[in-house]
Amino acid sequence: MSGGASAPLLRIADLSIAFGPVKALDGAGLTLRAGEIHALMGENGAGKSTLIKTLTGVYAPDSGRFEFEGRPVAPKSPRDAEAIGISTVYQEVNLVPTLSIADNILLGRQPTRFGLLRKSQIRRRAEAALGRLGLKLDASRSLSSCSMAEQQMVAIARALDVKAKLLILDEPTSSLDEREVEFLFGVLRRLRDEGVAMLFVTHFLDQVYAVSDRITVLRNGRFVGEHPIAELPRLKLISAMLGREFAEMQHLAESAHSAAAGSRAPLLEARHISHKGTMNPVSLDIAAGEVTGLAGLLGSGRTETAKMLFGVTPTQTGEIKLGGTTVKIASPRDAIRLGLAFCSEDRKTEGIFPDLSVRENMVLALQSRRGPLRLMARKEQDTIADHYIRALRIKTDSAGTPIKNLSGGNQQKVLLGRWLSLQPRLIILDEPTRGIDVGAKADIEKLVQSLRGEGMSVLFISSDIEEVVRNCQRVVVLRDRRKIGELSGPDVEAGRIMNVIAHHE
Amino acid sequence: MSEPLARVRAWFQGGTLLWPLLGLAALLAFNLVWSPGFFSVELREGHLYGILVDILNQGSKVMLLSIGMTLVIASGGVDLSVGSIMAIAGALAAALVTRTGLPFVAVVPITLLAALLAGFGNGLLVAKAGIQPIIATLILMVAGRGVAMLITGGQILTFDLPAFVYLGNGHLFGLPFTVTIVAAVLAISVWLTRRTACGLFLEAVGDNGRAARFCGINTTAVKLLVYAVSGLCAGIAGLIATSNIKAADSSRVGEMMELDAIFAVVVGGTALTGGRFSLVGSVLGALLIQTLTTTMQNLGVPPAISPVPKSIVIVAVCLLQSAKFRGQIGGLWKGKARP
Repeated sequence: MSGGASAPLLRIADLSIAFGPVKALDGAGLTLRAGEIHALMGENGAGKSTLIKTLTGVYAPDSGRFEFEGRPVAPKSPRDAEAIGISTVYQEVNLVPTLSIADNILLGRQPTRFGLLRKSQIRRRAEAALGRLGLKLDASRSLSSCSMAEQQMVAIARALDVKAKLLILDEPTSSLDEREVEFLFGVLRRLRDEGVAMLFVTHFLDQVYAVSDRITVLRNGRFVGEHPIAELPRLKLISAMLGREFAEMQHLAESAHSAAAGSRAPLLEARHISHKGTMNPVSLDIAAGEVTGLAGLLGSGRTETAKMLFGVTPTQTGEIKLGGTTVKIASPRDAIRLGLAFCSEDRKTEGIFPDLSVRENMVLALQSRRGPLRLMARKEQDTIADHYIRALRIKTDSAGTPIKNLSGGNQQKVLLGRWLSLQPRLIILDEPTRGIDVGAKADIEKLVQSLRGEGMSVLFISSDIEEVVRNCQRVVVLRDRRKIGELSGPDVEAGRIMNVIAHHE
Repeated sequence: MSEPLARVRAWFQGGTLLWPLLGLAALLAFNLVWSPGFFSVELREGHLYGILVDILNQGSKVMLLSIGMTLVIASGGVDLSVGSIMAIAGALAAALVTRTGLPFVAVVPITLLAALLAGFGNGLLVAKAGIQPIIATLILMVAGRGVAMLITGGQILTFDLPAFVYLGNGHLFGLPFTVTIVAAVLAISVWLTRRTACGLFLEAVGDNGRAARFCGINTTAVKLLVYAVSGLCAGIAGLIATSNIKAADSSRVGEMMELDAIFAVVVGGTALTGGRFSLVGSVLGALLIQTLTTTMQNLGVPPAISPVPKSIVIVAVCLLQSAKFRGQIGGLWKGKARP
């Protein structure tokens, strides 16, 4: 732990950056000491990413103070930042899947002799770096053979190999399951004891409280406050982030269950659908006007099931009935025609069209259902875009802005708008709240409940069990690519779901 | 703001059209000073003649190719085979004209259908077989001229059928007939991409093919279509090139023109990575390249070294299109301005 007297490792104050008319940071501040895990919290657009990119030299601040180890610094590139001891592990792992673990850890700084790589030394150094994290991995394996968690560890090992004094972790846990998160935290604590300062950005509140020492809150690009973890209970943290009262959330949890999960007619019945190698035969019913959850650990087959229903991976066995009639869903096209919508968990590769505008991103699915010949009138496109920008509180300059300029949470809302504009009978939401902040999360959960109110069926997938419990009337539990149980009504609670996962067989 | 004015501004948005236009203007300004007679146009027998008219006429082939190429590049691919498809189309038309009694009105659709099918074949290799576009179209680029030779029997087929000769040498409305052809093809393709949702789907496929599939877009059909259209455009260009010299010269027609077409597309502001595209920009790019070629011929630059200045201009326009590069130059400027 840091002694109170020791000078801070990093001190940032009054930092401001504007992109055109948008003030991304407006007097942001942050102070870090050696040997602490410091959580950086804020809503989408609060300036967390911008602040991190300033720390790592991607952006140059317009004004403000930036001191590292007591000296003013101004890194001009991530390389500069690494040279003074600031390393980053990004949300999406930025490694080369075809290279070995060792090569990935040392990429760009491999030891050479006469211009040739020294394989054995690379491997030894890589294994030492992994050993520091308490990991025993064969460093000669190719990265693509590693699990997401292992890749994350490799990314951390890589960041540490440059003698980092400050390690920035941007959403490091978003693709890890609970056991892996625990392991990661063990590694972080170990590094803390070695004196490394860590800046931890996440949207999982539990994780903030599990591992952090102090919290800094940003809102609208401004510094709101810095608190030791013990002095900032959840409710206070959330209201600091949102700048508003947060009684609504608790309200929501109750309303979801008050509408009794009676036995309604199923809208969709899937019987023994499977796809070889990705999912064993699974059967499930989705009732009309109900939120059905798919719960399970990472790799349990949640996304795989959803993709079969939507025709992404066509089913090889079994049948799907929609409203009582057997249907053939061989492609997403078929699924959309039948009134299904699927908001993928992988926003970047399966969701957004980065160069296209918010408006175009929003209307594409609807336009594609109407076919290529009848172009939607510009007026209709604008009406739809404006409607969802307002209804979902999407932060964007205009509907004509390329979607890549929006923050992750706002991109997610645009995609929700895309699928809602189809007015589907069933919408599949795969991790709709991943990587987005508490405020947007609350918006999306509210939305799910109102959709149900309108009679839409929702298939809700999340690795956050509490979230599943809050939103769903019925929960299908998966494990190891099989359905292992189903809970409904009052039985839908976190303890029971975990029990099913843990004690099956 | 008035509607037309807003549209003009939208055109210039991001400078996609601004930079090829500026390049063109700079070239013309250069000629205004250095080559007297460049701008003189005279009217003879109701037809316009002059260097500017020549540029439009000579540039028509690359302009046509660049229209098809734009669509292919927007889908995230590239079509290297257009020069060879020009040869096939020329050979087929010349063979039909000289060896059969078919009227020319029947020869044109048969030839264009063949060109379309050749492009469709490229599309099958790319969209169905999943071969990299550069390899898939390289196959026909290499094999196509052989096919053309087979059709002509290895000879250079000459013809003097007036209708065929008119195609590449005749005049309409006082201008070369080829100008009308380019204008029609451009108008139709702009209409088809912007007045229907086809353009939007194409941009979606090029920007993120997986996401496009998830939106229910038939990405395979989109790709098949753009390669077929590129083949069709190459077929028209092949007919013009063959008509120009009144002969089907399978080994020379359209040679290296695929590269000029790709240049034209890039100069016109469509990124090779796919997504957003501008057909008008590509045609302007093709005009820029032709103006450059003609300027050098006019100045007596030997053909052997003319690619050098050509590449310099192309690199300059491409750099100017990059916002990052402009920012760096702007930064230099500011840095120097300070004391």
